Amino acid sequence: MTTGQQGWSRQQMAERLALDIADGSCVNLGIGIPELIANCVPEGRTFIYHTENGLLGMGPAPAASDEDPELINAGKKYVTAIDGAAFFHHADSFAMIRGGHLDLSVLGAMQVSQSGDLANWSTGAPDAIPGVGGAMDLVAGVKQVFVITQHCTKAGAPKLVESCTFPLTGKGVVDRIYTDLAVIDVAGHGFQVVELAPGVDFETVAQRTGAPLLSPGN
Amino acid sequence: MIDKRLASAAEAVADIADGSSIMIGGFGEAGSPIELIHALIDQGAKDLTVISNNTGSGEVGLAALLKARRVTKVICSFPKTANSRVFPELYREGFTELELVPQGTLAERIRAGGAGVPAFYTPAAVGTPLGEGKETRVLDGREYVLEFGLRADVALIKASAADTMGNLLYNKTARNFGPVMAMAGRTTIAQAERVVEAGQIDPEVVVTPSIFVDRVVEVPQPLVESQLIAAGACYP
Repeated sequence: MTTGQQGWSRQQMAERLALDIADGSCVNLGIGIPELIANCVPEGRTFIYHTENGLLGMGPAPAASDEDPELINAGKKYVTAIDGAAFFHHADSFAMIRGGHLDLSVLGAMQVSQSGDLANWSTGAPDAIPGVGGAMDLVAGVKQVFVITQHCTKAGAPKLVESCTFPLTGKGVVDRIYTDLAVIDVAGHGFQVVELAPGVDFETVAQRTGAPLLSPGN
Repeated sequence: MIDKRLASAAEAVADIADGSSIMIGGFGEAGSPIELIHALIDQGAKDLTVISNNTGSGEVGLAALLKARRVTKVICSFPKTANSRVFPELYREGFTELELVPQGTLAERIRAGGAGVPAFYTPAAVGTPLGEGKETRVLDGREYVLEFGLRADVALIKASAADTMGNLLYNKTARNFGPVMAMAGRTTIAQAERVVEAGQIDPEVVVTPSIFVDRVVEVPQPLVESQLIAAGACYP
């Protein structure tokens, strides 16, 4: 495998995704790579961050001396509140999510299918402790759902597949996928390449995708 | 003059019976009513069903209640926080049953229960294992699953301030489940960092109106779960 020497780094994936977020959007960032997006806001744009535990207008991590155990994000990390922020209870927070008030949800993935099904909460292994959090509500209710993930698992298996084998988070919910190799749209009968990462050719991406891959412009 | 203050957490939880269902506020450590939970451990009630977003960290607070083998069922959305050792063991052993609920569905079930709404349709979990076996309905061309309102015998919540009537304010993201659990608890017990006389909280900024709160206990400097865990503390 030469992954890591070609394509986008995690930071570059986040930067590329951030280019597709409109100025003024209200965005919910999942845990992991999605969190990097907060440091990649393009010049001249402002994004408003929602964290489902009850804050709209989440700001960056505080200095260690200002950490407050009662001011955290959904990943239970210390955060700050920007000017104009609001706190609210969980039912209101998920009314924002389910009610279609948020513009974008960015999530990690274990698998995405060509019809936009997402699996990102459980391997389904019998001894695993299942935990779902707010992912099912986010994908069901937010206007647009982007996935940001490595193109393949650490073992080299494709994450973009014809149909998911892991338990689903939601059916037909993913709009666009940002991987280390490409920006890809869900196309129903396959995946549509929107943009290849620098130094990555279409064949490489096709080989590492577990479903038909359509070249840009097709 | 109504005065819902009780002198101690022990007094506030004294009548909780074996077999009770208990909503416990908090998202991770933020908003977890740790003194009320510790008082409940001391009190000894068992065979409890706990409704809470998580299952606690380390061996303090909610995790300590589980470790004391008082909880036979949890209804929660995310039982595997960092440092969550106790619940996985009890779950694998078969002592504590898990009902996993999407986080927004959990919040809405609690809100609905407290608001007199027995059931509602939600798009979350449609087509997933958590929607399997549930009644569905197509409304305006989209499929929804039927979820039921939740109430509990007792709600234990944490507030930043209360007045003697039971009106509550919260601190930042520690608000989380407090307001909806206050509505859904048949007996709602709030610990507050400060309890003031009625009239000292501006009615315009009250978050939880007093009608949803039955008992108030002042806990001026509540323990901080992450600090206890960092110090290696276990309760009791």
